[in-house]
Amino acid sequence: MKDLRLNLLLAVVLLILCAAGLLLGEVQLTGAQFAQALADPASGPGVVLWEVRAPRSAAAVVVGAALGLAGAVMQGLLRNPLADPGVLGVSGGAGLGAALAISAGLAGLAGAVEAAALAAALLVGLMLTALAARFREPETLILFGVALSAFAGALTSLVFNFSPSPVTLAEVFSWLLGSVANRDWGDIGRGLIPMTIGAGLCVYAARGLLMLTLGDEAAALSGLPMARLRAAAVAGASLLTGAAVAVAGIVGFVGLAAPHLVRAGAGADPGRVLAPSALAGAGLLVLSDLAARLIPTDQELKLGVVTALFGAPLFALIAWRAARSWRG
Amino acid sequence: MTPALELAQVQVGRDGRPVLQDVSLQAQAGEVVGVVGANGAGKTTLLRAALGLVRLDGGHARLAGADVHSLSELQRAARAAYLPQERHLGWNLPAWRIASLGAHHRPPAEARARAFEALARVGLEGLEPRGVLEMSGGERARVLLARLLVAQAPLLIADEPAAGLDPDAQLLALDLLREEATRGAAVVLTLHDLGLAARACDRILVLHQGRVLADAPPRDALSRKALAAAFNLDGELQHTAAGPVLVATRRSR
Repeated sequence: MKDLRLNLLLAVVLLILCAAGLLLGEVQLTGAQFAQALADPASGPGVVLWEVRAPRSAAAVVVGAALGLAGAVMQGLLRNPLADPGVLGVSGGAGLGAALAISAGLAGLAGAVEAAALAAALLVGLMLTALAARFREPETLILFGVALSAFAGALTSLVFNFSPSPVTLAEVFSWLLGSVANRDWGDIGRGLIPMTIGAGLCVYAARGLLMLTLGDEAAALSGLPMARLRAAAVAGASLLTGAAVAVAGIVGFVGLAAPHLVRAGAGADPGRVLAPSALAGAGLLVLSDLAARLIPTDQELKLGVVTALFGAPLFALIAWRAARSWRG
Repeated sequence: MTPALELAQVQVGRDGRPVLQDVSLQAQAGEVVGVVGANGAGKTTLLRAALGLVRLDGGHARLAGADVHSLSELQRAARAAYLPQERHLGWNLPAWRIASLGAHHRPPAEARARAFEALARVGLEGLEPRGVLEMSGGERARVLLARLLVAQAPLLIADEPAAGLDPDAQLLALDLLREEATRGAAVVLTLHDLGLAARACDRILVLHQGRVLADAPPRDALSRKALAAAFNLDGELQHTAAGPVLVATRRSR
C-alpha cells in the first residue's frame, strides 16, 4: 500500500513535469496555438508540440527511468549507496562505441551511432556478467568496473587523438556531453526495446538484491538461484545503461541520485526501491532538461552538463552521510 | 539414521596448499557438534565445504545423504541454514525484515511472525522495527542469529555464533542452538572459547593444521594432549558446578 502511494505520487509529479516540458520552451505558444497544435499536428504549433517538445520529454522520461532503475539495481547488487550505472564501465563503453562510430563517419546513417553505443555497452555488460559469475565479492566487481571504465576512457581519448578533423572531434564531444534534444520517435522506439528487456531482467533480480544485504555467502545458502539473479542484475543494468547512452549520450548522476531520493519514502529494501527509482529518475531528467532549455545561455546547455553540475555535489553529500554510517 | 551432515575424507586446497586434509565428520539430528582449532586450522573452510561453498579436491560432503554439489539451491536451503562469521549488512532494514529473510520462501505473514518470535528468543523484543545499521554490533549479531533460527532447518551451521556477544548473550546463543537440537536439528558450530565449546557441545572436533586431531565428547577431545598439540596450551578442562572451565597457561615453545 505504502509502495503504491509512493509510486502514484512520483507518477503524478512526473506527469506535471512532463506537462511543463510540453508547455514551456524557446518558442512561446499561446492558448490558441496549443488548441491548433492539438487539432492539427501538421500545423506550425503542432510540429513544435509533437515533433520537438513531446519526443524530447519522452526521451528524457525513458532515459531517466532507465538510468534510475539501473542505478538502483547497481546499488543493490554492489551493496553500495555510491554505485551508479557508470561505475562498472558500461557508460564508458557505450561512449567509446559512439565515438568510434562518429569518427568512422557513420553519424549520417540513422541509428548507426546508437547501435554502436548499445553494442559496445552490451560487450562490456557481457564481460561484467562473466566476471560477476566468477567473483562474488562486490569490491572485485567494482575494481573491474573501474578498470573497464578507465580502459574505455583511454580508447575514447585515442579516438580523439586520431580524430581526422576538428568537426568530427566536436561532434563526438557534443554527443558525449549528453542531450535529449532533436530526438525523434524512432530513436525513442529503438531505445525502448533493450530498455524493456533490461527492466524485465532487473525485476527478476529484485528478490536476489534483497537477499544480498546479508552478504554473498548467506545469500548463496538462502535457496535463491543467486548466480542467475546476479547475472540478470548485471545484464539488466547494462542493457538499461547502454540503451540510455545510445539515446541520450552520457548523462551522469541520475542513476546515483534517484534511488537516494526515494529511499526516504520506500525504505532501504533494494528490491522495493526499483520502481520508485525509475519514476524518480525520469522526473529528475525531465527537470534537468527543462533547466537545460530554460536557463538562458548563448550555447545550448547540454543535459549531461546540468546533471553533472547538480549531481557531483550530491555525490559528495551522499558519501559524507554514508561514511558516517560506515564508521558507526 | 542418515546423518544431517556427513563429511568423508574431505580434501580442500588453496593455491596448491592443503587447507583440509582427510577430514571426516558426522552430525546427527539432535546433536550439537563443535569445531575448534587455532586460527588458520581450517574451521571456516570445513563449514564452507559442508555447505558446498568450496570445491572439494577429494572426499564427499553430504547433506541428509545427498551430495551437496548435486543439490539445487532450494534443496540445499531446505537441508541446511548457515550463519556466516561475516556480519556486515548492506542496507538499513528493520531487524524483523532481516530476521524474516530466513523464511523468505514462506508467506510474508508467516515469515514476519516467525521473525518476531525469533527476535524475542534472542532478547530483542521491542527492537523489531529498529534499523539494523543503527544497532550495536552485538545486537546485529543477535538479529542474524534470529534469522538462522527463523529458517527452522534440519541442519544449522553457525560460524562463531558467540563472537562479539556479551557473556550472557553468548550463553543465550548457545542455549538457543541447544533448543534447536532438542527440537530435532543437527547443529554444527565453530567456537574460539574452549570452555564455552565444552559446555555447549555434545561432541568436539579438534582441527589442527587442516587435520582432525580429535573427534570425541568434550572431556576427551579437549584432553591435555590435544590442548598442547592444537592450541599450545598447558592445562585442562575443570568441571565446576557452573559448567566446564578451561584452566591453562601458554606453553613455551
